[in-house]
Amino acid sequence: MSKTFPMGGIHPPDTKIAAPAAITPLPLPAEVIIPLGQHIGAPAQPIVKAGDKVKAGQLIGETAGFISANIHSSVSGTVKKIDDVADPSGYPKKAVYITVEGDEWAEGIDRSTTLKKEITLDRESIVEKIKAGGIVGMGGASFPTNVKYMVPEGKTPDTLVINGVECEPYLTADHRVMLEHADEMLVGIEILRIALGVEKAVIGIEENKPDAIKHLKERSADYPGITVESLHMQYPQGAEKQLIKACTGREVPSGKLPIEVGCAVNNVGTAYAVYQMVQKNQPLVERVVTVTGKQVKNPSNFRVRVGTSYAACIEAAGGLPEDTGKVISGGPMMGMAVADLSIPVAKGTSGILMLPKAESVRPEVVHCIRCGACVSVCPMGLEPYLIEKFARADKWDQAEQRAAMDCMECGCCSYICPSGRPLVDYIRVAKGEINNRRRARAAQ
Amino acid sequence: MSTTLTAGLSPHIKRRDSVPRVMWAVSIALIPVLVASVTVFGPRALLVLAVAVFSCVFTETFVQAFLLKKPVTISDGSAVVTGLLLAFNIPVSIPLWMVAVGGFVAIGIGKMAFGGIGNNPFNPALVGRAFMTTSFAAPMTNWRLPLVFDGSTGATPLGLIANSAETGMSALQSDLPGYFNMFIGNIGGSLGETSALAIMIGGVFLIARGLIDWRTPLFFLGSLAAITGIFWVIAPGSYADPLFHVLAGGAMIGAWYMATDMTTSPMSRNGRIVFAVGAGLLTGIIRLFGAFPGGVSYGILIMNALVPAIDSHIRPKRFAQGALHEKT
Repeated sequence: MSKTFPMGGIHPPDTKIAAPAAITPLPLPAEVIIPLGQHIGAPAQPIVKAGDKVKAGQLIGETAGFISANIHSSVSGTVKKIDDVADPSGYPKKAVYITVEGDEWAEGIDRSTTLKKEITLDRESIVEKIKAGGIVGMGGASFPTNVKYMVPEGKTPDTLVINGVECEPYLTADHRVMLEHADEMLVGIEILRIALGVEKAVIGIEENKPDAIKHLKERSADYPGITVESLHMQYPQGAEKQLIKACTGREVPSGKLPIEVGCAVNNVGTAYAVYQMVQKNQPLVERVVTVTGKQVKNPSNFRVRVGTSYAACIEAAGGLPEDTGKVISGGPMMGMAVADLSIPVAKGTSGILMLPKAESVRPEVVHCIRCGACVSVCPMGLEPYLIEKFARADKWDQAEQRAAMDCMECGCCSYICPSGRPLVDYIRVAKGEINNRRRARAAQ
Repeated sequence: MSTTLTAGLSPHIKRRDSVPRVMWAVSIALIPVLVASVTVFGPRALLVLAVAVFSCVFTETFVQAFLLKKPVTISDGSAVVTGLLLAFNIPVSIPLWMVAVGGFVAIGIGKMAFGGIGNNPFNPALVGRAFMTTSFAAPMTNWRLPLVFDGSTGATPLGLIANSAETGMSALQSDLPGYFNMFIGNIGGSLGETSALAIMIGGVFLIARGLIDWRTPLFFLGSLAAITGIFWVIAPGSYADPLFHVLAGGAMIGAWYMATDMTTSPMSRNGRIVFAVGAGLLTGIIRLFGAFPGGVSYGILIMNALVPAIDSHIRPKRFAQGALHEKT
């Protein structure tokens, strides 16, 4: 029996229809819109203005704060304007609009596919370079990667955990990276291992990707520090705490970070991006995006320049199917259904998923029958039905007592509920309210 | 773009399950019990079942449409399940009007008075049965013997034991049915409680379908066997053995279908274990020392009343629970 996390979890159909599609580069669009806030933390400060000529890989936005990330141009061309663009949830965010002209890359960037194995930089320089390259977690949360490798005083990490789980149904971008860029990715993992100052790195992959497990086991034979862990399929195994538990048996306490148990976690896509930056000087300006859906003509995995519109990606996969009801940024369990297809692909955009109309309607909400399914599937050991009840009654203290803040919004409870209750939605409301009240208390 | 898109928050996919699907699955699981009851007690069993189901569904419709003036939700199948379970818990010979009254009490008082599905603290079928046991004491204990359709009646195995205080167990041995008959259901009793085999076929289906927790019947029957076993070991001459207690009376149907009722049992796994152990022990105590039959019903009803307390004190194990304790 292969490893997994011990409590809760669900088994949605994995629907990985884009898995056989090799990564293909998406043609350059006529215009890109590059948001300055593509990460958790402060948005970058723009350092270009309308009319400026830029090259691909050139810095156009600088970090603004400890948790922030640099932004680079993904294309060569002329800056048209700096203006708002909607993010997937519809909020306006500042972005740099660039009209594409040719495909010229900034000096020093090695676009060749030759594998560069030797790692010449030391720990500090690696972390600096990761920061300079604007690299953020590519699994979805977009947390600035360099920050994870600034180990706080008194903590001694010993294991790097690499997330190759891709437990979201439909998504196959990480899977393709593992198959097609294993060597580069493994060098990236070595770099991260050195950056963290540890001997061991473990790559967790779910059993529904036997080809990736086999391939990486073969390719990692030269790296004594790296092991591949085959994991039993279970959602949400890609969640940081669940993955650490599955791979190392350690439990990150409530409200704490992985470093508490001596770990750092990064996605396979991030490891690949780290390789590109540290070995080849290429900042994070492109990524693999799965464009898929049951009705989609050609479910694909595209290499997409950041700032390309969703519409362009969808067009390249055969166009928007007739009966599409939802277009989701990310996976179906934790992604966001977007209202506007002109919005740009960002560093954290792992997939664009089209769901048919029939699957885009929420079921009628009926009374809770106390079946207890939400409790048994919660991977954090919470009582979703109770937090929902408290949230509906504005009982924020009780919601906090029942550990609402431990919820990572994985959606297992809403997925399983036979009464169609919007459990995660109410837990989100509770979390927001609890946060507001905590801030108010702190301000007093 | 001509397509209208729905924006919204995750999750965007859902398991294809709903309250009606859950309830109809429970009804399907009861089919083996239904077949057993008709085989053992003859065609009148079907009549009792039909009256109980009709009475429950009618009561729910009436209350929702005319008293609450709300949408009628009988299509969710929950009233059908209550009707089936009520019928399975009463003897075949009972006058049909009493069955109708039982159904009315089960749904009207046991369920709708508390606000309908999901709100009832007590198992509605057991409320109906408890009402009938106290109101129609004689007909509710008029047990017809199996495979005898001419109307002859007699005592159930548990009934025989209850009357054995003076004579002692040994005098009874010859009158008690063998374990094989008790297992397949060839004994006297309520409609659906006699065949352990039929009950378990449906129960295993529900476990496989993920609708009931296997721990509930296991811990219920285990603790019933444990407490009755202690007395049997001490004084085998005066007490029946634990296997007898597990197979006799409503223990099997109670453990698999009544104690597992979603609405009236705890939400967490550990809570459900406490609930099942409590119900099993209470059943044993009532059977060993009580004056009334019906240990299973009262054992479960008493534990039903304790569910809110269990839910607020026995919480699910949190992720990284160990670290939480270190902190405090």
